[in-house]
Amino acid sequence: MDELYALKAWKLRELLERREVSAVEVLESVLGRVARVEGEVRSYITLTEEEARSAAVSADAARAKGEEAGAAAGIPMAVKDVLCTRGVRTTCGSRMLEDYVPVYDATVVQRLRLQGLTMVGKANMDEFAMGSSTENSAFFPTRNPWDLGKVPGGSSGGSAAAVAAGEAVWALGSDTGGSIRQPASFCGLVGLKPTYGLVSRYGLVAFASSLDQVGPITRDVRDCATLLSLLAGHDPLDSTSLPGEAPDYLSALEGGVRGLRVGVPRELMQEGLTPGVREAVEGSLRLLEELGAEVSEASLPNLDYALSAYYILAPAEASSNLARFDGVRYGLRVEGAEDMLEMYGRTRACGFGAEVKRRIMLGTYALSAGYYEAYYGQAQKVRTLIVADFEKAFSRFDVLVSPTSPTPAFGLGEKVEDPLSMYLSDVCTIPVNLAGIPAISVPCGLEGGLPVGLQIMGRVLEEAVLLRTARALEEALDFRASPDPVRGEGK
Amino acid sequence: MSPYEAVIGLEIHAELKTRSKMFCACDASFGGEPNSRTCPVCLGLPGVLPVLNRRAVELATRLALALHCEIAPYSIFHRKNYFYPDMPKNFQISQYDLPLGVGGYLDLELDGEGFRVGITRVHLEEDTGKTVHVSESGRIHASEYSLEDFNRAGVPLLEIVTEPDIRTPGQARAFMQELKSIMEHLEVSDCRMEEGSLRCDANVSLRPVGSTQLGVKTEVKNMNSFRALQRALAYEIERQEGVLESGGEVSQETRHWDADANVTTPLRSKEYAYDYRYFPEPDLVPLELDRAFVASVEAALPELPAQRRRRLRELYGLPAHDAVVLTSSKAMGDFYEAAVAAGADPKAVSNWMMGELSAYLNARGVEIGEVPVSPSQLAGMIRLVERGTISGKIAKSVFEEMLRSGRDAEDIVAERGLTQISDEGELEAMVEKVVEENPAVVEDFRKGKEKAVSFLVGQVMRKSGGRANPQVVNELLMRRLRGED
Ligand SMILES: [Zn+2]
Repeated sequence: MDELYALKAWKLRELLERREVSAVEVLESVLGRVARVEGEVRSYITLTEEEARSAAVSADAARAKGEEAGAAAGIPMAVKDVLCTRGVRTTCGSRMLEDYVPVYDATVVQRLRLQGLTMVGKANMDEFAMGSSTENSAFFPTRNPWDLGKVPGGSSGGSAAAVAAGEAVWALGSDTGGSIRQPASFCGLVGLKPTYGLVSRYGLVAFASSLDQVGPITRDVRDCATLLSLLAGHDPLDSTSLPGEAPDYLSALEGGVRGLRVGVPRELMQEGLTPGVREAVEGSLRLLEELGAEVSEASLPNLDYALSAYYILAPAEASSNLARFDGVRYGLRVEGAEDMLEMYGRTRACGFGAEVKRRIMLGTYALSAGYYEAYYGQAQKVRTLIVADFEKAFSRFDVLVSPTSPTPAFGLGEKVEDPLSMYLSDVCTIPVNLAGIPAISVPCGLEGGLPVGLQIMGRVLEEAVLLRTARALEEALDFRASPDPVRGEGK
Repeated sequence: MSPYEAVIGLEIHAELKTRSKMFCACDASFGGEPNSRTCPVCLGLPGVLPVLNRRAVELATRLALALHCEIAPYSIFHRKNYFYPDMPKNFQISQYDLPLGVGGYLDLELDGEGFRVGITRVHLEEDTGKTVHVSESGRIHASEYSLEDFNRAGVPLLEIVTEPDIRTPGQARAFMQELKSIMEHLEVSDCRMEEGSLRCDANVSLRPVGSTQLGVKTEVKNMNSFRALQRALAYEIERQEGVLESGGEVSQETRHWDADANVTTPLRSKEYAYDYRYFPEPDLVPLELDRAFVASVEAALPELPAQRRRRLRELYGLPAHDAVVLTSSKAMGDFYEAAVAAGADPKAVSNWMMGELSAYLNARGVEIGEVPVSPSQLAGMIRLVERGTISGKIAKSVFEEMLRSGRDAEDIVAERGLTQISDEGELEAMVEKVVEENPAVVEDFRKGKEKAVSFLVGQVMRKSGGRANPQVVNELLMRRLRGED
């Protein structure tokens, strides 16, 4: 049998329910793994072993008494450090919040606590979720467990690396332009960006409010469905949260893709794809056809403008969302200023990294008097066109399929000096956030020993269709999602 | 007469009377230890989200309807971005280009002349906290540090913007008084200017009489009472007139009313030249008010001051001026009607309220709610006069005592033996004495000088310590002097 840390959550749960292993044993296996590999992978900003141990003990006690222990009980989890955790510092990967300890739990954290959350730690990320490689963390970069010279993707790179390296069994990420799906793709995992409004954003430190969603990063589709069921559902504290309780995604998982109409947007299969990514995606499409799906070309004609629109709208919202970090009430304050304005300036100059400053300035400019219509107004119009493109495509197709990223994981430091090429790595994922629709990334092959992800996009609230499609593909590919790439830990 | 005409528009902010704040469940009432009425949401902690208070929307709709506004079936909230430490998020959630109510008006009367003020818009926004600069002098530039109290941060605010339809400081004051009374009648705001729950800024410009073009305007801020509003506007009009008369140009600027120095002074441009970078608040969904909701709010609108004035005039035959004073606040009208309901004569109640009671309020600078005399106590006192238990003159001193002590008129009258003397036997003795003491006056009367009798009545009243019933005294004197006995 594999080491416990390498098992999927559903398998662990079976073992726990049958009391063949204890939650403490599972946790110690994961913590042991953390002790061995964290020095190189660096998934976590903050480790919470003690909290995790007491959660594991409670889970064991509950199961010993024959009580329902909760679906997350005893399953070690990594939580992206952008989600507020009461009493546990939440840095957002920023110097600005290096010592910030929230007084409340994010709604998703709260929901998971009710299910026995066993949190190993707070995962590294690009500062305020701005980035695609986790190199924008103010503290340190995280490395890809498949190849320590590569990035794990971002901004939820710590979450993905932790799961891929066996430092957690599953994880929470957040996705504003691909920040769950791209790292899942780079790390050979399943990652899902839910329909906007399906999962509460309360307690998620906002980057771009109209685009942000919290979602699962897991080792397979089944775990993804389980975790999504725990996260989803109406939250009265989030006005943009959709009404109603979430369905049980697990029960809708099997059933295959026979008769499923699959569209392949030609705009996402054009230049920029590496040969291995193209091959893996095309192979998956053939597989889907063999499984009975009808695959044909689709078009999203306004997609060319998506990236530009995104880099207006997201920074505009961010410039306002991040205004509260001013040194007045919490977080960093640089002392020694003569007056308030200087204190603001010094604090923000010191507290924010280069990428965050770049986006705050971009966004501030886009909202300025005289430029608003030309930038923000125009970008909103593009967004409307992209929504319409998707609606039209979904009148013909049940799902749309593309690569998650045009390339597999790139090298550490490779794109740091070139923000534009970094931005381009999100070209396939960004349109999904603009349209508010759900999308999943599922491993579909390897290129040069690195995982390639397939993105499946669906209609609003049709997460079940995505999961069913991804499940069928996963089964057919029989992809090993948890190889052992970490140096010094060979199998 | 001035060759210029003033053009004035007002921008009013009123705190809504909701139990909780605009976007969180915190207590919205005034007061409390600093920062005791706060939570993660109104402190702007990372990750929090706003949830709109339904009650605030209902109250805003109520006022917008009372001001004859059109209620937008679809309106949205914007973020108004600027850095200020009393604003936890460094942006204020406010309505912008799609407000809740537009295109209303208010009809008013001043010195018998009617005028109409257009209402441009009524919208919802959130209040900010309060900064206290700590220094010897209390001035911001000399302060060693500042403290923030966020108890008011996130309290729902209504903003009401008028068209530039106001022509005189008096009209501006009349408008504000009526608006305040309307908000009180609607129970949407406490309207306490001194606590800052009602605030008013004014845009003022001058133009030659007869011109339809607008001159350059200044914005006058910091007017904390009706009196301040009227005086600040009068000053500003005179100041602009002086500038224009001397061939100068009014510069567009924000000016601060200094109530101690009685002048407006310009604020440094740096203090208000913000680019607010408005954009739609992505954390809130659009506010959609269906017809049924608007209709239900409209149907539940209580009587407004104008309707109340009309009713009081028709029901009790009050003069127009009395009706205006008695509805100048909801509490005033309620006091009046309660006293009448307690059985006092409507005109007498009006006279007492317009006279002694108003004088008391003005002298003390207090609201009617703070008066120790209740409406039924006032009615009880008036009934004593009506029944002849006390004279009108005695009543005034009794009322003064009531205002001092809050006691019932009957108790005061009994204790101080102020009951009116109507007993003829008792009075006849006094009359007899006065006649004896004033033979010359009696002689005058007998010679046909009828007026002489009032002097004699006065003498009797004096002898009785004001307690004699003057009518009875008059009758007794006439009888005695005409020798009918
Ligand atoms: Zn609050």
